[in-house]
Amino acid sequence: MTSIGAAVKEPGSSKHNKTGSWRTFKPILDKEKCIDCENCILFCPEGCINKDYDIDYDYCKGCGICAEECPVKAIKMERDK
Amino acid sequence: MIKVISANRAIAEAVKLAKPNVVPVFPITPQTSISEYLAKFVADGDLNAEYIRVESEHSAISAAVGASGAGVRTFTATSSQGLALMHEILFVAAGMRNPIVMANANRALSAPLSIWNDQQDSISERDTGWMQFFAENAQEALDFVIQAYKISENKEVLLPSMVCVDGFILTHTVEPVDIPSQEDVDRFLPPYQPLTYLDPEEPMSLGTFTDPDYYMEARYDMEVAMEGSKNIIREVNKEFEEIFGRKYDLIENYKCEDAEIIIVAMGSICGTIKDVVDNLRHNGEKVGLLKVIAFRPFPKEEIYEAVKNAHRIAVLDKNISFGIGGVLVNEIKAKMDVDASGFILGLGGRDVSPEDIINIINQTRNSTDSGKINWIGLKEE
Repeated sequence: MTSIGAAVKEPGSSKHNKTGSWRTFKPILDKEKCIDCENCILFCPEGCINKDYDIDYDYCKGCGICAEECPVKAIKMERDK
Repeated sequence: MIKVISANRAIAEAVKLAKPNVVPVFPITPQTSISEYLAKFVADGDLNAEYIRVESEHSAISAAVGASGAGVRTFTATSSQGLALMHEILFVAAGMRNPIVMANANRALSAPLSIWNDQQDSISERDTGWMQFFAENAQEALDFVIQAYKISENKEVLLPSMVCVDGFILTHTVEPVDIPSQEDVDRFLPPYQPLTYLDPEEPMSLGTFTDPDYYMEARYDMEVAMEGSKNIIREVNKEFEEIFGRKYDLIENYKCEDAEIIIVAMGSICGTIKDVVDNLRHNGEKVGLLKVIAFRPFPKEEIYEAVKNAHRIAVLDKNISFGIGGVLVNEIKAKMDVDASGFILGLGGRDVSPEDIINIINQTRNSTDSGKINWIGLKEE
């Protein structure tokens, strides 16, 4: 996608910009421990957790709010590569 | 055709021959007559360009970036405070890989306010990604502008160029200049073919936001282009010589081959130094001049080849980076293992005479401390 002078030839291409690359820590959910309270879904500032509790790592910036708000500590923050 | 004209007139003639489509300029001493000549050329129908009377230098370079983004050849010119005001957009022009050509009339920066010559203004823009070519005389000013378009517009370069002329010493002094024919310039410099440009039929974004995934590669590409530009400059110099008969290189080696002491300098002062070298050589003293034409890209290999056999080297700087000294001497010392003395001179229009050059040669010959910053022409109480 890089070009000389960083010209972007395709309009509306910001959806290709995977902001998940900004992440330092990555949330890992243990679905066995999950009690389906939806706190993480409600608190996620990026809307990156769906109703099935799948985390969208393309856009999750790793803020850790989900892990903080989980009442049963089902989400761990691990250092991302 | 030979005409007796100033460097500013020579630059305007070169621009007319290069046929840019957009010319946004803001007048500033000592560049003003370039903008006046170009305004007249456009008004008289001699130059078919959009002449934009912008409200500042920041706007001038911004308009040039916009025009270049729209895919046309463009030219602007400035000096000193004007160049400093452009600073922000100089990075933008280089980063967007706009092959803009700009003339800079070298003038001291405020404060104290001065309209006279030194080279602090363009030297201070050395990290922006612009190529910089320093002219010794009006002929070189004309020739460098024409060549700058061909170098900048080369697909392997695509970096903007700054042609630097010493304020008043060149900009307002007349001398004979060979103005090439339009036919020859057209043969040398074909119309600009942009790689990408703004087109409503095929919309795209230029100069966009980049996240950490892309930025570093874009900057790396610029460094590759800047290093690679040396080969392109040599090719363009060769092609220029074939058509116009005048030979240029990244540097000019003036009697350095067997020289024991070599002076390294840039710009109009080289004319004075050549005169001194000739006189001293007449008396049997082996001295030479290494003129740096391209300051960016920095011709480290060429400079080293030319000066490596000299006993001592004197590097002249019409600029100062406070706390370390002249920029040219420090760059030379950083990139090559040579023993060089640095001299600060000619700041804010302080005159540099042939006697000063002889004084520099004597100080260099007997130097005991090459780390010292030597000031020439300083009034000491």
